[in-house]
Amino acid sequence: MDLLDKFDATVALRASLPFENADPFKVVMQEIISETEAIIDGRHTILAGTNNYMGMTFNEDALAAAKKAIDDFGTGTTGSRVLNGTYNGHKALEATIADFYGMEHCMVFSTGYQANLGMISALGGKDDFVIIDADSHASIYDGCSMGNATIVRFKHNDVENMERRLKRLPEGAGKLLVVEGIYSMLGDAAPLKELLEVGKKYGCMTLVDEAHSMGFCGENGRGVAEQLGVEHLVDFYVGTFSKSVGTIGGFAVSNHPKFDVLRFVTRPYIFTASLPPSVVASATASIEAIKRSGNRRAHLWENARQLHAGLKKAGFDLATPEAQSPIIAVHLPDAMVGTRFWETLLLEGVYANMAAPPATPAGMFLMRVSVCAQHTSEQIDEIIKRFTITANKVGLELKP
Amino acid sequence: MASTQTLEKIYDLIAPLNKRGIELTPETTFAAGLQLDSLTVMDLVAEIEDEFDIVLPLNLLPNLETIEDVANAVEKIVSEGN
Repeated sequence: MDLLDKFDATVALRASLPFENADPFKVVMQEIISETEAIIDGRHTILAGTNNYMGMTFNEDALAAAKKAIDDFGTGTTGSRVLNGTYNGHKALEATIADFYGMEHCMVFSTGYQANLGMISALGGKDDFVIIDADSHASIYDGCSMGNATIVRFKHNDVENMERRLKRLPEGAGKLLVVEGIYSMLGDAAPLKELLEVGKKYGCMTLVDEAHSMGFCGENGRGVAEQLGVEHLVDFYVGTFSKSVGTIGGFAVSNHPKFDVLRFVTRPYIFTASLPPSVVASATASIEAIKRSGNRRAHLWENARQLHAGLKKAGFDLATPEAQSPIIAVHLPDAMVGTRFWETLLLEGVYANMAAPPATPAGMFLMRVSVCAQHTSEQIDEIIKRFTITANKVGLELKP
Repeated sequence: MASTQTLEKIYDLIAPLNKRGIELTPETTFAAGLQLDSLTVMDLVAEIEDEFDIVLPLNLLPNLETIEDVANAVEKIVSEGN
């Protein structure tokens, strides 16, 4: 028996999409010109589908720190955080993040995916309950699969639906409520105040994933919980360096006095090599820079609002009533229009993300645009203009 | 063996999702028979939870292939709760 036969339906679905000139899953960035521009297939392209929200990938301090770390410490650690893979840099990065969040403890993981995998699987034990939002990121679902807790799922961002489920759980049981600040497909913010207050009322410990909100939500850029003034209701934050911080890696922070024990029981932390010194150094420098980036934050929000307003005025069907994050998602009617729209837009010189099930909720097809603090307002206008041209070319009806 | 009453309630919840008009029996499967994708199945689970006022953990889903599997699981959870 061929073990790959079970994927035939996926291959068939993939083959049925009418891509002619480009393939969304095989895009190669030939040259990176800046945070916002690249050469793709020989074409000069505006990048509007990255997670480089704060535009830190070419931050001068981060570049210099990474180069120095390579010279001083080499290309990699070749070991686990709990063996030979903890350098001064890893400890300094953990101190920087703990300080950024105003919390006592921090653990740095090798990816954000592993941070969720590790935290959720370690915290949710056999007799515990993990309560998650239906639209949670794959890393949250996978953390649930990896652990032994009973998993309870509530309707996306629906406080009442969540409370109905919490009511059914045994009073004294261990409960971990897992929510995200911003959901990455639609770019919508969570009603964290209500969710966390109700979660606490039912005795939950809370974990908030600020992957898509760190850097620009809240006065200090800690995320949506800071923005809404409910940080005191958060027991654990999980975050990533692969978005606003501009490199790769993940972290968890907490004030819990027993937090450090997680270093010995969290398998995705232990059984993998630690981040290379250059990545650690650039993440540290980048987070320090983000702390001082009030203007950049303000410009990112201006870009997001400009894009949302422009696409709305042009008659696109937007996923959120206003810009709730730097992610602006446009609804497309089906896979065929979605495919042709993505491809035509790329040929027009704009790279955005085509988002399709199962990554999207409720069978939605989306063009997911994410803006960067380094986009100029002219580039945002250009993205809006090329969206409209593309809609006309593929016969998508606009309702201005 | 689940009661007719439980099965009927579940049939009612499935009806709006049964776009291909498949005849619903205890043996009908969600994947091969009704051709529901995993996300739709999870939404259906949420409706079943509210109908019976129970928690039907996500972990159980891989073992629930037919309508009867779900009905049995629901009855077991309901009886454990009482």
